[in-house]
Amino acid sequence: MSITKNAPKKNSFLAGTANYVDERVGAAGILKEFGRKIFPDHWSFMLGEVAMYSFFVLLLSGTFLTFFYDPSMAMVKYDGVYAPLKDSLMSKAYETSLNITFEVRGGLLMRQVHHWSALLFVAAAGLHMLRVFFTGAFRKPRELNWVVGFVLFILGMAAGFTGYSLPDDLLSGNGLRIIDGMIKGVPFIGTNISSLLFGGEFPGHVVIGRLYALHIMLIPALILVFLAIHLFMLIIHKHTHYSGPGKSDTNIVGYPLMPVYVAKAGGFFFIVFGVIMVISTFFTINPIWNYGGYDPSPVSAGTQPDWYIGWLDGALRLAPTGIEFMLGDYTVSMNILIPLVLSLVFLGLVAVYPFIENWITGDKREHHALDRPRNAPTRTAIGAAGVTFYAVLWAGASTDLIATHFKMNLNQVLLTMQISLILLPIVAFYVTKRVCLSLQRKDKEIAIHGRESGRIVRLPHGEYIEVHEPLDPYDLYKLVDYKDYKPTLARPNAQGKITVGARIRASLSKFYFQDRISPATQTEIAEASHHAAALESQVQKAIESSK
Amino acid sequence: MTENSKEVELKASAINSEHEYDGGLRVANLDAVVDPGLEPHRVRMTDKSVKHEKSAVRQVALLFTLSMLGSAFALWAYFNFPLSENLSSVRLNTMYLGIGMTLGLMGIGIGAVHWAKTLMPDNEVSEERHLTRGSDEKRAAAIEILNAANQESGFTRRKLIRRTLYGSLALFPLPGIILLADLGPNPGDSLRHTFWKKGTRLAKDPTGIEIKASDVTVGSVFQIIPAGLNPENKEYLEEKAKAAVLLVRVDPSELNETEERKGWSYQGIVAYSKICTHVGCPVALYEQHTHHLLCPCHQSTFDLVNGCKVVFGPATRALPQLPITVDSEGYLIAQSDFLEPVGPSFWDRSVKS
Repeated sequence: MSITKNAPKKNSFLAGTANYVDERVGAAGILKEFGRKIFPDHWSFMLGEVAMYSFFVLLLSGTFLTFFYDPSMAMVKYDGVYAPLKDSLMSKAYETSLNITFEVRGGLLMRQVHHWSALLFVAAAGLHMLRVFFTGAFRKPRELNWVVGFVLFILGMAAGFTGYSLPDDLLSGNGLRIIDGMIKGVPFIGTNISSLLFGGEFPGHVVIGRLYALHIMLIPALILVFLAIHLFMLIIHKHTHYSGPGKSDTNIVGYPLMPVYVAKAGGFFFIVFGVIMVISTFFTINPIWNYGGYDPSPVSAGTQPDWYIGWLDGALRLAPTGIEFMLGDYTVSMNILIPLVLSLVFLGLVAVYPFIENWITGDKREHHALDRPRNAPTRTAIGAAGVTFYAVLWAGASTDLIATHFKMNLNQVLLTMQISLILLPIVAFYVTKRVCLSLQRKDKEIAIHGRESGRIVRLPHGEYIEVHEPLDPYDLYKLVDYKDYKPTLARPNAQGKITVGARIRASLSKFYFQDRISPATQTEIAEASHHAAALESQVQKAIESSK
Repeated sequence: MTENSKEVELKASAINSEHEYDGGLRVANLDAVVDPGLEPHRVRMTDKSVKHEKSAVRQVALLFTLSMLGSAFALWAYFNFPLSENLSSVRLNTMYLGIGMTLGLMGIGIGAVHWAKTLMPDNEVSEERHLTRGSDEKRAAAIEILNAANQESGFTRRKLIRRTLYGSLALFPLPGIILLADLGPNPGDSLRHTFWKKGTRLAKDPTGIEIKASDVTVGSVFQIIPAGLNPENKEYLEEKAKAAVLLVRVDPSELNETEERKGWSYQGIVAYSKICTHVGCPVALYEQHTHHLLCPCHQSTFDLVNGCKVVFGPATRALPQLPITVDSEGYLIAQSDFLEPVGPSFWDRSVKS
């Protein structure tokens, strides 16, 4: 009976289960394919993981909250334990949010877990995007996955904003009010869209229920789908790794999925969850009971949106006074349209950047070894400019707090922000590019001449030199292993014409690669080490003769 | 035949394209430093010392035990820190539950990572990658399938079917989209009217107590809603979102009123819409000595004594003024509704309907 020979031991529960599963879902094939897949290890690769785990925590904590929350805008008289709001009129949504906080054991904890993990989700996703950007991980074949990740980031903001509005407290109600005002400012269709969203006039009786449907069903479902696509592509492409000795575009270096990566990544989920839990235990977030229910008349000073909406709010604030104008009888709200268009253009550029860069470099090869940011100076500088632009808009959402906390004039703070929005990204671009080039130069010098040893020697003819020590081959390779591009000229096509596209591409390639530091070559290093050897023998001789 | 010619065409276009090389603008470095290969693996203490290995095992087990204790503590805390009328119970419940659950999670997390880092093999493995694109044979097979599908269905051959299919696919979502039209009514002229009517008394928000001119001393500010607007109204919040008014009394000599608005105030008492003309936040802050109204959301600032014109911030239009007077009993009343739409700008706000 050859079958029984190969069958697992009768007593082993694990083997029995494995056999059962394999015979029904073909698990062995799956495990054989993926079980020993290699995952490179680097702290910066965990940012995306943090985002994903935060999302899982969001699903868990959010489900708990749905059991107690009622997204109704029907007005009720509060009869709960929170005395300051006793007998006040409020929506059912706000009442149940208060009840979760004060009358469900662990309810406040779960609310805070949900809110903190939402903040962490968007933050980690944003940092993950920055990591991908600055290391060039978006290059072929991963351009489409960059777009998928971008959609996830937008969905994360959408999930955040819809959730933020659900407690129907004063703060979030004013947030919705601002959204309503922005929608109304859109030409032609603004008032209609607003009426559709709110089911009539603001605030209406339906918007919370609608946002709830989006927040707990549509948006999370989309996030799950895009997350699945994101991970599916990750498996197809395999993960990138940092360039360096033994790591290239044609191999992948890391640890096998089982057991090392399962333990590390699985453990990391619990760590992320644990960190969210400890923050939620000790730090209050969104104390809705302080704000009261929504009422269109009052508002508290110093209101701030959740951090990831800040840049959009800042864009609204930084719009100059008096740019709304009349076109005949029609009102054109440039004070809303400009921030809106500006934000959309910014996001659009982020989404398509991989395609732009690829068009300029024309590099059709696959890239799996990551760039050190300094080795792509122009890209890094563009990234720094983008980050600065975003940061100024973001700080712009706090002009009032900056003015009050630092006792400054609000008008001047705003003016400074407006100027900074245009000026600082340019400054950031040039400074970053110069810093990158300097670092590259330094790398090249170290690669060629070796490390400064701190040993100062006086030669017989009186010259003082510092002896440089050569690098070990691994450290050396880290400094020289990068891709070097050079600008191109606009070349005629087959018809002998120089197209506009070719001209643009040529000038962009100049913009990108005109200042370039090529990696140190074998010959340069050999010559330098030859020179160093000669010097060393001179030094030795000097030491001999002095004896 | 057609396939062959297409292939030839494809090759020709590849040669003529601007990117002649796969690497594009990349510089081929023939004199590059040679890759020395992976760095030698460093052996950990737990690999070479049984003592260290055993202590690592103990540490991992300790962390997992800590997790168990934490979870048990959370269960205990759930029952022993119940919620009560006393609000500090919420704090204790949150804190002890949270501490227990944190330990429960962190113990597992740190334990597993510690296990992986100290006891599981840590030599990096290198594996070859293959190109993302399928091999030429695979591609040929895929094209074969597509061609077969195309042949069998006649997708490219039967133009009529294909084009009508496109048409039907383009149209079928439209009914689904139009279904959304009932999400809300056509706004009509709802944005142009508020609860204010000729003779409506001014009442304090939120008490609804009607206010007399004599109640308003110079320098005082009142949050005002129309009398008769109370939570029992079906559209209470919607009306309030348009009708909210700020009432301020200043020294009449300080008021700069235009000719047409001369009769809109009463002995230095002026009433302005509280809803910002930017995006609709309540303009809730009044600075007494400058007579400036400030919107806390985006800092639009309005000059109360100059018709609430914008002096700072992203808003463009002045706050609409509510014409007021007093009735025979001395109560402040509205002369009429606002004469222009209140709140944020919209496209056709100035079009007379």
